[in-house]
Amino acid sequence: MSTRLDQKCCEACWHGLDRPCPMYIECLLDGPLCHDNAACRQQRIEHLAPFRRKELSRPAIFVGTGTCGLGAGAGKTLAAIREYLTEKKIAADVVEVGCIGLCTAEPIVDIQLPGRKRVSFAPVTAEKAAALLEAVLGGGQAPAECVLGQHRNGDLRAWDSVPYLDEHPFFAPQTRWVLANVGLIDPTSIEEYFARGGYRAFAGVIRKTTPAELCDLVEASGLRGRGGGGFLAGRKWKFALGTPADQKYLICNADEGDPGAFMDRAVIEGDPHRVLEGMAIAAYAMGATKAYVYTRAEYPLAIARMKVAIARAKSYGLLGHNILDSGLNLEIVIKQGAGAFVCGEETALIQSIEGRRGMPRPRPPFPAVKGLFGKPTVINNVETMANLPGIVNNGAAAFAAVGTAKSKGTKVFALSGKVNRTGLVEVAMGTKMRQIIFDIGGGVPGGKAFKAVQIGGPSGGCIPEKHLDTEVDFESLKSIDAIMGSGGLVVMDEDTCMVDVAKFFMDFIQRESCGKCIPCREGTRRMLEILQRITRSRGREKGVDALERFRGVMYLNRLAEVIKDTSLCGLGQTAPNPVLSTLRHFRDEYEAHIYERRCPAGACTELLVRRIDAKKCTGCTACARKCPTAAIMGAPKSPHYIVPDKCVGCGVCSEVCRFNAVVVE
Amino acid sequence: MITIEVNNKPVQARKNETILSALERAGIAVPTLCFMADLFPTGACRMCVVEVDGQRNLLPSCAHPVSEGMKIQTHSPRVLRARKTIVELLLANHPDDCLYCIRNRNCTLQGLAEQLGVRERRYTGDKSQHHIDTSSPSIVRDPSKCILCGRCVRVCEEVQGVAAIDFVGRGARSCVGTAFNEGLNVSSCINCGQCVMVCPTGALREQSSIKEVLNALANPDLLVVAQHAPAVSVTLAEELGMKPGSDICGMMNAALRRLGFDRVFDTSFAADLTVMEEGSELVERIRSGGPLPMMTSCSPGWIKYVEEFCPDFLANLSTCKSPQQMMGAIIKSYFAQREGVDPQKIFSVSIMPCTAKKFEAQRPEMGGNGVPDVDAVLTTRELARIIRLRGMNLEAFAPEPADTPFGDRSTAGKLFGASGGVMEAALRTAHFLLTGKELPGLELRALRGSDGIKEAHVKIAGKEYGVAVVSGLGNARALLNDIRNGRNDLHFIEVMTCPGGCIAGGGQPIKTDAQAVRTRMQALYKIDRDEKVRTAHGNKAVERLYQDFLGKPLGEKSHQLLHTHYHPREVVP
Repeated sequence: MSTRLDQKCCEACWHGLDRPCPMYIECLLDGPLCHDNAACRQQRIEHLAPFRRKELSRPAIFVGTGTCGLGAGAGKTLAAIREYLTEKKIAADVVEVGCIGLCTAEPIVDIQLPGRKRVSFAPVTAEKAAALLEAVLGGGQAPAECVLGQHRNGDLRAWDSVPYLDEHPFFAPQTRWVLANVGLIDPTSIEEYFARGGYRAFAGVIRKTTPAELCDLVEASGLRGRGGGGFLAGRKWKFALGTPADQKYLICNADEGDPGAFMDRAVIEGDPHRVLEGMAIAAYAMGATKAYVYTRAEYPLAIARMKVAIARAKSYGLLGHNILDSGLNLEIVIKQGAGAFVCGEETALIQSIEGRRGMPRPRPPFPAVKGLFGKPTVINNVETMANLPGIVNNGAAAFAAVGTAKSKGTKVFALSGKVNRTGLVEVAMGTKMRQIIFDIGGGVPGGKAFKAVQIGGPSGGCIPEKHLDTEVDFESLKSIDAIMGSGGLVVMDEDTCMVDVAKFFMDFIQRESCGKCIPCREGTRRMLEILQRITRSRGREKGVDALERFRGVMYLNRLAEVIKDTSLCGLGQTAPNPVLSTLRHFRDEYEAHIYERRCPAGACTELLVRRIDAKKCTGCTACARKCPTAAIMGAPKSPHYIVPDKCVGCGVCSEVCRFNAVVVE
Repeated sequence: MITIEVNNKPVQARKNETILSALERAGIAVPTLCFMADLFPTGACRMCVVEVDGQRNLLPSCAHPVSEGMKIQTHSPRVLRARKTIVELLLANHPDDCLYCIRNRNCTLQGLAEQLGVRERRYTGDKSQHHIDTSSPSIVRDPSKCILCGRCVRVCEEVQGVAAIDFVGRGARSCVGTAFNEGLNVSSCINCGQCVMVCPTGALREQSSIKEVLNALANPDLLVVAQHAPAVSVTLAEELGMKPGSDICGMMNAALRRLGFDRVFDTSFAADLTVMEEGSELVERIRSGGPLPMMTSCSPGWIKYVEEFCPDFLANLSTCKSPQQMMGAIIKSYFAQREGVDPQKIFSVSIMPCTAKKFEAQRPEMGGNGVPDVDAVLTTRELARIIRLRGMNLEAFAPEPADTPFGDRSTAGKLFGASGGVMEAALRTAHFLLTGKELPGLELRALRGSDGIKEAHVKIAGKEYGVAVVSGLGNARALLNDIRNGRNDLHFIEVMTCPGGCIAGGGQPIKTDAQAVRTRMQALYKIDRDEKVRTAHGNKAVERLYQDFLGKPLGEKSHQLLHTHYHPREVVP
């Protein structure tokens, strides 16, 4: 950016990093307030203008380079765009932004011409980049085949016959609070965050509100922890605030470990300052002077963006010593974990920060009373933090106005699986699951039938079709044996076997169990084995295996109950949920596997029955020679046949048959 | 006091205590696996779960505090089913080879399976495969028998401050291992065996020397000599099912002879010798100005600890070999000469309360001309095993004295078995050496008992000397830090690796608890009270040894045979 917002407008301006001022942020954005000078005012407006992206002097090109964008080839697109601009000697700003949420459409490129509204295009692969730029920058045309929609920025001139992005079926039903800036602003620019009202909440709150009042405000808003537990954030802070200690800590839990969850990553990648501002507000409310962002080393981009954000916030005196002359100190440190699922659990996370092996410990004492290094500690999830600036700015009532009786505000979900539009979705609490999957997600691809949606990761459950009208709400989800969780939503269609799904999650849990308590470590492993046995072909059973298989089924429920009842931490206590939930809603599928040794979805390969179509078989013997269990019989040049009891369902015969004679049913 | 309700009966509980401790006082036994008195509960094993009204899940009684009006069910069907399932799950991943296990009939897991009525293998499946680690001269680790209760990890880290082992891996692959899964021999393990003492199963055991010893006893060409440590005679009784705290020294001598040992000596004699050397060394250091404080060198775990973690204190260690090694050296020199036997033909066995002694005996500096001072070390447990193997009933044996010339001892040497004993014995002699008079009253009460750190200031010849007695290396580390930070009032420090001293050593009976340690201590103090010769310098046999062979304390022969030196050791970072 050409101008630095934090430059002094004139000598009369007295505040700066060396002389902190309570009104610094307001002064920069609305000022100057410290002295009265029309020229200075004009200069401030001009300094801020480029960050507001209202009146542009040259075209701006925004490339979505979040992790999902990069995975779809945004890096190459970016290079192609830069190459094109250099080649054509076109002066334009190229801005890397986070993921706007519509991951299926990545790479997404937005272009804003001076005086005109910003337009999103997708997918813009490297090959398509030049043609697009040619059309937009050169011809002033928005090619219809890749236009996604135009933004509603201000009174700039609209594009004809280009729909508005907020009318796109993916975006229309959403309420984007946490994601308000994600995918729109340059996450490395604190000034852009300022230009959208950033840090006003924090600057105001430390001047006007006491920590206790702030706790009350957040409690009154009804904000519940978005990490899965759903505990009232304001109330949690009060425990810590009320515990006398010489040092208190705040931890932002960004250790997102559920399969299919990427909300925290996207928020940090796309709008890290919102998270930082939320942390600063929470730290003030509970009295912490040191805060940690605990994230996994597998999130390099999020870590890089967060590092830049912390440095920028420090450079404006929003973090560090004597913040805005309030006497408040706050240091924020990033702690990278080794990507253990269990480190998302509060006490394990604390152990990990302390440099120990991430293993939960019994509660009480609760972290709010005795946490990190034995000091009062509050742990909030990324999304919880990101909600705070909005609550402070708009008031508790505005936040509580959205949502259901007990669940207020919005919830961010990571929508993935067998759904047309995957991505990051933020909806008001109370939105029906059906709307998320069918309206926002666009339903199941390929005309297949919807079967279930898995919510809440390994601790959650599967919601079948009949419960799709359940509202997104902590209590209603619990009532159908699911949980809100941190926000993973994995859609499954008719080709998905629910026993297989349960097996996948049990495998995940038994590998990611910390190994500390016996029921979780040993129990989940046995549960996995029970599931493995019922999806195994009869041909691979020896001796008493068939009896073992049946006995396992008999004790599956009992084992699950004991694991729930006795495990040390929340992860262990919910570990059997994937099995219990699928068992409740899809008992018939289990029974087909157990009694008939049949997989109705056709997903458990070992249970598929193979036979050879005698009409197609030429007797070439290829299958018989490759069969690992010699289950295929027949004389050369005459039709072969498969002995079902010997077949282990490996599928080699299907692979080697050149005449499509192997029928799978 | 608050009132809680347990199994529909009111029970008085102390505020903030755990449910488990309230239940214990009320006479209700709840099984535990990972619980360790005096350490912060980890709540890992979930054996101690109880049902509490209003709680969704079962709660671990070892970690959960009581609260007024709490309603608890300790043995409800739900609780019993949970406990039984936990044991069944452990057994599903267990080698299931009790008959072949060293801990057969002395195993907590086995006991719980019996107590909870496990009668079928309800859960079956893959068992974790692990290699047995036999690399250490002292301790054998068999991770396949490990139930990951974490007691060994905690005693190693929290009590001893060594942390040679920790949990490794995730999920079902979790196991307790060393850094980079190297052998225990190259880890920072100090061989103290406290992990063996707390292991509920057969996952940790001593490296056995029974076979070597039996072979030696059966070899007619060898002169097999035994020495037994002061702490063994007061603990062996327990291991053999006799009254805890009985001193069965005489019966043990008789048993050893019947096992075929050609000579039976008492290590307490060598302890007296150690006092003469170490006391003289202390006097010498005080006279010549250091290095002070001098620290004892009897405990081989402590020696390795200093070599690894505190090499800056190596010069403070007494150069005296431990009593085991002094006795070994004297047997293979003076005794061999006197008996006219080739030292190569002597097989010297020491019976010790300690696993680290096995390591010490193998140290290359502990011997001369390729002949080790000590050939094999048996722990108290191993001796008991041999005695059972040979079907001996010690109670039927008439007590016999140990053999001359190394059977006579003072009670000062015997006190070596308890924490504080070396100090007491050394001060008795140092007082005599400095003043020519006996220490008034002889006993130093402040240095007795099972506290981790005991201190006293003693006046000898008008000068005050600061002494400290430490047991448990976590306590030693704290004291060393004080000294590093400038504390300078101490002249002599006794350090024992194991909390309470050798009577709680890593080679002692498995179920050693605080009560057992107190009983054993009392047994040693009683011996000291009842006998006449209570100082090392009063031991005539020691005096004779100096006259006939060694010359004088710290003399040339002593230097050659009874003293050693230490080097810093590399530890895996």
